[in-house]
Amino acid sequence: MAEATATASAARPRRPITLRRVFASRIVSVALYAIVVWLIFRTARTGAEAMGYNWQWYRVPQYFLRRTEGGLELGELVTGLGASLLLSSVAFLLAIVVGLAVALLRLSNLVVGKAVARVFLEIVRNMPLLVLLYVFYYVGGPIFGLDRYVASVLCLGVFHGALVSEIFRAGINSVPRGQWEAAKSIGMTRGQSYRYIILPQSVRFMLPPLTGEAVNMIKSSAIVSVIAVAELTTAGRNIISDTYMSFEIWFTVAIVYLAVTLCLSVFVTRLERKYAVKT
Amino acid sequence: MNAQPIIEIRNLGKFYDGFEALSNVNLSIAPGERIVICGPSGSGKSTLIRCINRLEEHSTGDLFVDGIELSEDTKDIRAVRQEVGMVFQQFNLFPHLTVLENLTIGPIRVRKVAKAEAEARARKYLERVHIPEQADKYPAQLSGGQQQRVAIARSLCMEPRIMLFDEPTSALDPEMINEVLDVMVELAGTGMTMVVVTHEMGFARKVADRMVFMERGEIVEIAPPDVFFTAPKSDRCRAFLDQILEH
Repeated sequence: MAEATATASAARPRRPITLRRVFASRIVSVALYAIVVWLIFRTARTGAEAMGYNWQWYRVPQYFLRRTEGGLELGELVTGLGASLLLSSVAFLLAIVVGLAVALLRLSNLVVGKAVARVFLEIVRNMPLLVLLYVFYYVGGPIFGLDRYVASVLCLGVFHGALVSEIFRAGINSVPRGQWEAAKSIGMTRGQSYRYIILPQSVRFMLPPLTGEAVNMIKSSAIVSVIAVAELTTAGRNIISDTYMSFEIWFTVAIVYLAVTLCLSVFVTRLERKYAVKT
Repeated sequence: MNAQPIIEIRNLGKFYDGFEALSNVNLSIAPGERIVICGPSGSGKSTLIRCINRLEEHSTGDLFVDGIELSEDTKDIRAVRQEVGMVFQQFNLFPHLTVLENLTIGPIRVRKVAKAEAEARARKYLERVHIPEQADKYPAQLSGGQQQRVAIARSLCMEPRIMLFDEPTSALDPEMINEVLDVMVELAGTGMTMVVVTHEMGFARKVADRMVFMERGEIVEIAPPDVFFTAPKSDRCRAFLDQILEH
């Protein structure tokens, strides 16, 4: 091993040792990482101690699972997480539908279609999610009789739909033009070309950024807690207002979100690998 | 040429913002006729052939294929495309489908042929292009020559009346060119109407009924191959032939 490195470095001209290379080396990066994590924990700890914070981690598990006379019962955090995932999933399905529709409109030859898609995109992309949520709930709510859950789903679906449409558009555009021409030359309509030729090939390009968007969806679903839709963040807030354990609960909620989104990322990396082999 | 022409091109012009890719092209092709179009690169050969199945829209003039005028009417265009097979320089096989699926997707989805029948037809044409054993592979697993033969079979599966070839051997390694040309010569033997853009002059000599020489978007000369290769009328054509036949 040492020999191999030696010959390899002999074969190559020696590169100068730059600051960048030092930071990129494995030992230095691991050490730096450990130091940063340790510093964060220490600061939090000493800060909490200084303000006389009373840690009560032992009271947290009951919010996941607790034993009652009736047997085991799921805690608020678990039911909240379930609600978050359900909300995110429904909104993500909506986002896919909206995104596909907007992307196809933008790629169509219809002047009006293109314009509508463009305007939709610019409005949604340039508005804060929180404001969009208020618009859906406080304006759309009374006018169309949307309850808070429906308003949340619509808001998240529309907001992420705009972002998803860009992913679809990029994915569709990355299929070579020759594929369109081949599909056309055997007499396929535009719809048939999309369905049988273009979309199946663009899935490969769209899968990684779509995962990212699914993760973003789960994260931004937390915002609906401001209109008190029951989900993980709202559950956390409710527990804190009962117990004042704000440090423990917010740490816990953060870790739960992190665990879910990391799992999702890993799962889709596997999925991608499977797809890559097939084609 | 007493029969009604199957392709009729009149005063065809094509402009790309300011650039004239085709100008005043007139050509009428009889059923069963085999036309080879040649000319220097950028002379409009590909543009002309792509206008015939409307992968490019012509700007001026008239174009009739099998009695149907090519215009804005998309229904007509699709009807024409089903009768006109196209083989591309870059093959353009569908990489996510197996060879068999590449061949059957058109008949099944466009012609609405039953799956079993489409597969039987696909195997027949794979036999015809000499690669029946590759049916279940993906295009990426085949050599360039095999891919191009699959592409030819894919077009034939639509049972077209006309076959267009846009430089079918230009992207191939030299040792694979002949296997594709052989298939095309055999196809010519079946009486298929063929319009071929190519620089393969040996092939042209063997199968062409008429040679078309283009330069700068115009047809400079149309002649039967024996006349074309021995006594071209125009200087530009002679210069071109000297260049490519030199080796």
